[in-house]
Amino acid sequence: MATTVHEAPKIELDRLPRTGSGNGGWRNLVPSDGDLRRIKDHSPMPASTGIWVGLASITMTFAAFTSALIVRQGGAPDWQHISLPPVLYFNTLLILASSITLEAGRRDVARFMGGLRGRVASPVRWLYITLFLGVLFVAGQTFAWLELRSQGFGLSTNVSYSFFYVLTVAHALHLLGGLGGMVRVIAKLNKSVLRRSTLDATSRYWHFMGALWLYLLLLLWMKL
Amino acid sequence: MHDMSAHAVQHGAPTSFLRKHVFSLDHKVIGKQYYALALVAVFVGMFLSWLMRIHLGWGSFAIPGLHLLSKTGAPGDVMTPEYYLQLMTMHGTIMVFFVLTTAPFAAFGNFFLPIQVGAEDMPFPHFNMMSFWVTFVAFLVLVASFFVPDGPTLGGWTQYAPLSAVGSVSGPGQGLGVVLWASSIAIFCIGQLLGSLNFITTTLDMRTRGMSLMRLPLSAWAWFITSVMGLTAFAVLMPACILLILDHVAGTSFFVPSNLVINGQILPHSGGSTLLWQHLFWFFGHPEVYIAIVPGMGIVSHVLITNMRRPMLSHKVLIYSMGSLAVLSYMVYGHHMFVSGMNPYSSLAFSFPTLVITIPSAIIVLIWLGSLYGSKLRINAASLFALGFVSMFISGGISGFFLAQPSIDIMLHATYFVVGHFHLVMGVAAMFGIFAGTYFWFPKMTGRMMSEPLGKLHFWLSFVGAYCIFMPFHYLGIAGNVRRYQAFTDDYLIPLIPVHKFITIAALFTGAAQLIFLYNLIHSRFKGAPAPDNPWEGTSLEWSTATPPPHNNFGDTMPVVYHDPYQYSIEGASTDFVMQTSPEQLKNPHEEK
Repeated sequence: MATTVHEAPKIELDRLPRTGSGNGGWRNLVPSDGDLRRIKDHSPMPASTGIWVGLASITMTFAAFTSALIVRQGGAPDWQHISLPPVLYFNTLLILASSITLEAGRRDVARFMGGLRGRVASPVRWLYITLFLGVLFVAGQTFAWLELRSQGFGLSTNVSYSFFYVLTVAHALHLLGGLGGMVRVIAKLNKSVLRRSTLDATSRYWHFMGALWLYLLLLLWMKL
Repeated sequence: MHDMSAHAVQHGAPTSFLRKHVFSLDHKVIGKQYYALALVAVFVGMFLSWLMRIHLGWGSFAIPGLHLLSKTGAPGDVMTPEYYLQLMTMHGTIMVFFVLTTAPFAAFGNFFLPIQVGAEDMPFPHFNMMSFWVTFVAFLVLVASFFVPDGPTLGGWTQYAPLSAVGSVSGPGQGLGVVLWASSIAIFCIGQLLGSLNFITTTLDMRTRGMSLMRLPLSAWAWFITSVMGLTAFAVLMPACILLILDHVAGTSFFVPSNLVINGQILPHSGGSTLLWQHLFWFFGHPEVYIAIVPGMGIVSHVLITNMRRPMLSHKVLIYSMGSLAVLSYMVYGHHMFVSGMNPYSSLAFSFPTLVITIPSAIIVLIWLGSLYGSKLRINAASLFALGFVSMFISGGISGFFLAQPSIDIMLHATYFVVGHFHLVMGVAAMFGIFAGTYFWFPKMTGRMMSEPLGKLHFWLSFVGAYCIFMPFHYLGIAGNVRRYQAFTDDYLIPLIPVHKFITIAALFTGAAQLIFLYNLIHSRFKGAPAPDNPWEGTSLEWSTATPPPHNNFGDTMPVVYHDPYQYSIEGASTDFVMQTSPEQLKNPHEEK
């Protein structure tokens, strides 16, 4: 199949519903007069919707873990309060900083794609820093788990530790997905095939991971 | 337009065998793969039910070759009580997850949702492919538990804690069998989440020009609503399964309380909450009922309208009612836990929305009946099964009124009354929805017609057979026959054994009738009469394209939609039906304001 775009159908615009009339999939991002100069981004809208849908699903998963924690804590005779490893607070700074560097990277990429190539030396620089901070965060979390284990606090030591490991590992696994997305964005940018919506979707995911970590830290700090 | 073409084509037509038939990105192939998986699963599930029914009717009867399935579970070809429970668990799990969720939602939805919205494919084809293969792996993991030393788990498809979380001390299959079960379901959840992601974005973002949300056919609406439910429900079941696995393999105590003694053994766990599992499971479990049935509602509505040659009394009210079912399904889950020991006030709180949810259900049924009244329904296999769906849904739904009230549920809980209720309203009704969809859409999916006489014969045998099987269940339940017993030795149960024998005979005959369907399906696939593009004179977009649809669904030109989906018998129109893509101006179209 060489292409699926042939003669455009003759469309009677006045007979289409005015609102919610469907965008016609990817191709109908083209305005009805066919003037492509009005299109700033050919990338598909589903990337934007899809990331919100995905985040909703992740929210439900962590809501389930949270409700499990609250139900399990209620009336449990074996609930112990634990001290969170201090490295978590350092990790929090790392993930917050990564959101800032990512935004800086997005700004540079926007300028770069917007035609200011000469004035942006390397739009990928901030994204590398974000990636590095993300890797450091995961390493920091791993350090926290190893530290706890070396002190004799394992997954089954007490249910408080069980929840600590489950929540932090689940978050780290999701963050690894974000790291994969960041690697993909950098690779695409280096090949000059990056779509803005891909970067936007990855950024949303990354910031969500940061916000989710803040929530989890608060939950762990209050409940454990 | 040159610039656009680079972005408009999501993926070209595949050329290699693997990409075309195995790891396909095409939603139509993926839909067929889901259908094939569900077909295998339903016959496995039905075979297990045959074994169980034979055992319930004639407990000492040696089923030839049964020992080949399990030497320890069926010594001398007679199943042990534990093996009966293991088969029952696998029957329930396979049917609920790999048939009732997979066929009406994932199979038909994959094939027809993009076509009905007027898209070339789903927006994330790789996720779509992964969703099927992940589901396939989940099925293999579940079936693998038949071949591990202790066999599959015996805890029922609900896997209530603590017995599901303590390991093999609670019975054969409760160790590795449960771990495989929970792993399978967790993997299945990933597949469904990926699928739901695609379904939602397809509906919201991929609609063709003129396809407003209210112009979507009812089947597309049903898949969309189901995908929203799936996104939230499976996202909760997955963490529950992870916690259950951890209780097994890591020695945690999420679901196992302190000082639990099982089979004379004190277990090392402490402080776990058995109710926690039930909360997490049923928060998924009740929406799951609607995940199984709502696609059937959409399919059946679509089939009935096409055969009535007129739209439903209200397109919008039907959509809003299905949406209400989805929302309310999260608020009623506690009605599965009336006798679990939770606070009685909670029962009251869950009972109220359970009664409220009957309102949208009743509205949907009344719309169906009101629309059917006086219509000149075209009788074919698809419309018969759609009528059968309505009948089963009403019959099974009525018994729900009784179970919704805690005072009555205390008596009927865990009896065959419940088994009859959910088999009719969720199992058989959903199956009839699958059959209706199959007879209706088979021509579009394969390019060939199914045999109508065989289809009608299949319907009547299945319809009568299903009632013969599941209506007596209600009687058994009222008589106090507890479910999950593998033999009936108590004085008050012995007189009920003839009823069980009758049910077993009915189940064997009804199951055998499904071989007619299987023959029709396979024979028609290769030898059926060639199907025209629009054999049922339908109006929605799947009938606007070639049979079977080309790789990109619509060939050279994407469709433009001018009408609501069901323009039948329009006064002054040139034909009995006006396609959604027809630019014909209608004086009095069926359009709701």
